[in-house]
Amino acid sequence: MRPFRYHRPAGVAEAVAVLAAEPQAAYLAGGTNLVDLMKLGVQRPDLLVDVTRLPLDAVEELPGGGLRIGATVRNSDLAAHPVVRRDYPVLARALLAAASGQLRNLATTGGNLLQRTRCVYFQDTGKACNKREPGSGCAARHGQNRDLAVLDWSDLCVATHPSDLAVALAALDAVVEVHEPDGPRDVPLAALHRSPGEHPERETTLARGALITAVRLPHLPAARRSAYLKVRDRASFAFAVGSVAAVLDLDGDVVRDVRLAYGAVAHRPWRAYRAEEELRGRPFSPQLAARAADAELAEARPLRHNGFKLPLTRAITVRALTELAEGTPAP
Amino acid sequence: MRGGPESETTTDERHSSQVAFDVNDARRELTLDNRTTLLDALRERLGLTGAKKGCDHGQCGSCTVLLDGSRVKSCLVFAVTLDGRSVVTVEGLAGPDELSPLQAAFVAHDAFQCGYCTPGQLCSARGMLDEVTRGWPSAVTDDLTTPAELTDAEIRERMAGNLCRCAAYPHIVAAIRETATAR
Repeated sequence: MRPFRYHRPAGVAEAVAVLAAEPQAAYLAGGTNLVDLMKLGVQRPDLLVDVTRLPLDAVEELPGGGLRIGATVRNSDLAAHPVVRRDYPVLARALLAAASGQLRNLATTGGNLLQRTRCVYFQDTGKACNKREPGSGCAARHGQNRDLAVLDWSDLCVATHPSDLAVALAALDAVVEVHEPDGPRDVPLAALHRSPGEHPERETTLARGALITAVRLPHLPAARRSAYLKVRDRASFAFAVGSVAAVLDLDGDVVRDVRLAYGAVAHRPWRAYRAEEELRGRPFSPQLAARAADAELAEARPLRHNGFKLPLTRAITVRALTELAEGTPAP
Repeated sequence: MRGGPESETTTDERHSSQVAFDVNDARRELTLDNRTTLLDALRERLGLTGAKKGCDHGQCGSCTVLLDGSRVKSCLVFAVTLDGRSVVTVEGLAGPDELSPLQAAFVAHDAFQCGYCTPGQLCSARGMLDEVTRGWPSAVTDDLTTPAELTDAEIRERMAGNLCRCAAYPHIVAAIRETATAR
């Protein structure tokens, strides 16, 4: 591992200033991804700025409803928070479906959103990867690409975003509060991550040095009836091969509102706006849910080994929505 | 071993730090290369070899310790971050000549074969039982709004971060169940 300096900043502004001035510095939060990537030689920062002691660890209920989650709130604490469990079950479920107890106790809200792809070619410094080393090629494009993208990939990169939390937050229309060298700003979760395009090494729309300080959840009473359905290769402690976050609001049997987002299909959490359009205003049925998923996936381009992700994503869409439609409304 | 260059050395003092933290209720002060993980600090600097290095990538759980009471994987924590914090390892679960109820249950139920994963299983189970006491749900908890009952399915899900290559899982579950019931 490359030697590095260590700095514990006194405040958010100082942290951002240090990052902006040091081209090879990185923020350290829970470390569950970064420390591993440093051991692998994939990330080689020469300075770590430890943000875990900044006062960003509160979960606050907002006056008009909604929730403000500090960036260093641990995944386990957030999943156990009584308001999250009652009002945003999709969020609690996504967190609990991720990683293991020990990792959730370290991993933070902000760090989770900025974690790197688990594409095995990205993690292997002996393989070509445009994300790790721009211009070096993509060994995954024609390699073992079962776990990789079916939507919105480019010839330079077919990686997927690994977060479960981000998929739930995309469905909930969360807003990410960031502090950049120019000052604070709000970024909708749906606009935080980029498509790979010509620059897969650029994963977010944030400025160099930006620090996520909080995530805001809007007041969304319909989210009391929400679910996260994740399919993986074993029963626990594995990344998704497919996942869906769903919020369903029915008026009788008519879909008054619906929010859908997919994981494990693209370079970013995939908000399924087209599927939502198909569903909204129509009487709910499993057949309608299937048609909605098909509409969303119409532009999918499966790779050699991952065509199964299309019927899988369709099936979990139908199952998640049907179970929500049939379930008794949350108290 | 998988991975990146391990041989880079540093003589630059900016790459080292002084750190003081509690280990099993005793204050320890160390000067450490910033790259030192908590696991390596415990094993190689403090002589506490209970926590084991299995995968060294946060996947196997054999390095699990308690950090300020929460179970974590010590291979993924840089020791330099720990100033003022408190660590409990398997050596600190009970006094030197005694067993905690959890450890006694592991013996009674034959909850190990080679024993390599056992310190991590014990620290993880200790942390997990405290999480249950606090009412934390898991992925297999049906109702998120009420405290979960600690069924075998709950124990298995909550212990998913600890692998046992000897597959002593049924006995590990039994030992944890008995400890939880006796609490």
